[in-house]
Amino acid sequence: MGETRKIIVTVNGTRHEAEVEVRYLLADFLRHQLGLTGTHLGCEHGVCGACTILFDGRSARSCLMLAVQANGHEILTVEGIAPGPDKMHPLQEAFRDNHGLQCGFCTPGMLTTLIEFLRDNPDPTEQEVRVAISGNLCRCTGYQGIVAAALDAAKRLQAAKRG
Amino acid sequence: MKPPPFRYHDPQTLGEIVGLLGTLENAKLLAGGQSLMPMLNMRFVLPDHVIDLNRVEGLSYIRESGGALEIGAMTRQRDLEFSDLVASRCPLMHEAIQQIGHRQTRNRGTMGGSLCHLDPSAELVSVAAALDATVTVTGRAGERRIEFAEFPRAYMTPAIEADEVVTSLRLPLWPKGHGWAFVEFARRHGDFAIVSAAALIEEDENGKIRRASLTLGGIGPAPVRVREVEQALVGQTAAAELFGTACEACRKLDAMADVQAPASYRQHLAAVLSRRALEAAHARVQGRG
Repeated sequence: MGETRKIIVTVNGTRHEAEVEVRYLLADFLRHQLGLTGTHLGCEHGVCGACTILFDGRSARSCLMLAVQANGHEILTVEGIAPGPDKMHPLQEAFRDNHGLQCGFCTPGMLTTLIEFLRDNPDPTEQEVRVAISGNLCRCTGYQGIVAAALDAAKRLQAAKRG
Repeated sequence: MKPPPFRYHDPQTLGEIVGLLGTLENAKLLAGGQSLMPMLNMRFVLPDHVIDLNRVEGLSYIRESGGALEIGAMTRQRDLEFSDLVASRCPLMHEAIQQIGHRQTRNRGTMGGSLCHLDPSAELVSVAAALDATVTVTGRAGERRIEFAEFPRAYMTPAIEADEVVTSLRLPLWPKGHGWAFVEFARRHGDFAIVSAAALIEEDENGKIRRASLTLGGIGPAPVRVREVEQALVGQTAAAELFGTACEACRKLDAMADVQAPASYRQHLAAVLSRRALEAAHARVQGRG
């Protein structure tokens, strides 16, 4: 084992202290060291988007970051999206209702990407949604259901905000 | 995939970076990581040391000073994309940024990282060439400035020494009312452009072109300023045929060939995209005078 560092990182609201090898990828740290296997690894060189997480609230590819770089930062993975164990996030409900997933491999990256996007742009056009998910590859749905789910989620989130 | 073993350094100040660069052999600087990390994962690079710039203070800023935009090397592409100052004073960069990769990569990718990686089709590299930018680097001997025309030394090789780090980019601004356009052709949105064209036009009160800038990315090892076309346009009135005729010269440029496209296709794209960029830039010229 090569050089290691001690890091403190907050993942989905929980503080973790860990010893990591400095070359360890953030994605591998989340999956293997913390057991959060919801973050998926497809290409491992920043093309497929499956490993997208929110790093201090901003979407980023966790296969293109080192775990040591997360020291002192906050991470949200797909496991942290739902408000509770019995309740899904409105975006997750919209994915279920609109056939936004089939095999589910790309879904964690789609959800994290869209959470940031819908926060920045709460009332997007279809074209804006398509551009937003252009860095996330899906091989099942043909994207149609995902785009529909994102637009539906935008409506649900706005309705929830209005109360 | 796993990066190869390396020693990791996370300096907090510019002085510490320079100190590390001056003592370490075979070190790589890690900025946004959107090019270096894939290269590490695939083991295209095998550095003994990785120097992470992400904890260094003071290298991320966008400001206007003396008719130029000054941008810190660690400024994220996202910050440029959403900057009102960039959108209003340097609209060419604003348009180019949206064609870089994807939201997730722009959140991490940096100005300095794009410049130093020096991909032949990188949008920010073309913008720097189009605006006659100046790159500031810092090393053991202190600070020095490099005119962008001298910055690319060879394919993906900037003219900076092993003990130097890029700290900022200075982009001279064009006057209010100028026209701009950044167009590119890629097989998919966010892919590396096969060819890109960046155009800037300034016109006088009679509608005659006072100054023009045309830059082609992706055609050669570094962005090409097409001086022949720029000079042919100065003093002309933008009539329907003007740009198309002038841009025919782009078909004679030396062009790269690779798995994506042969040289002849790049030359064809160069002429077509140049014309489109210049036409779009002309259409955006306002308040001639």
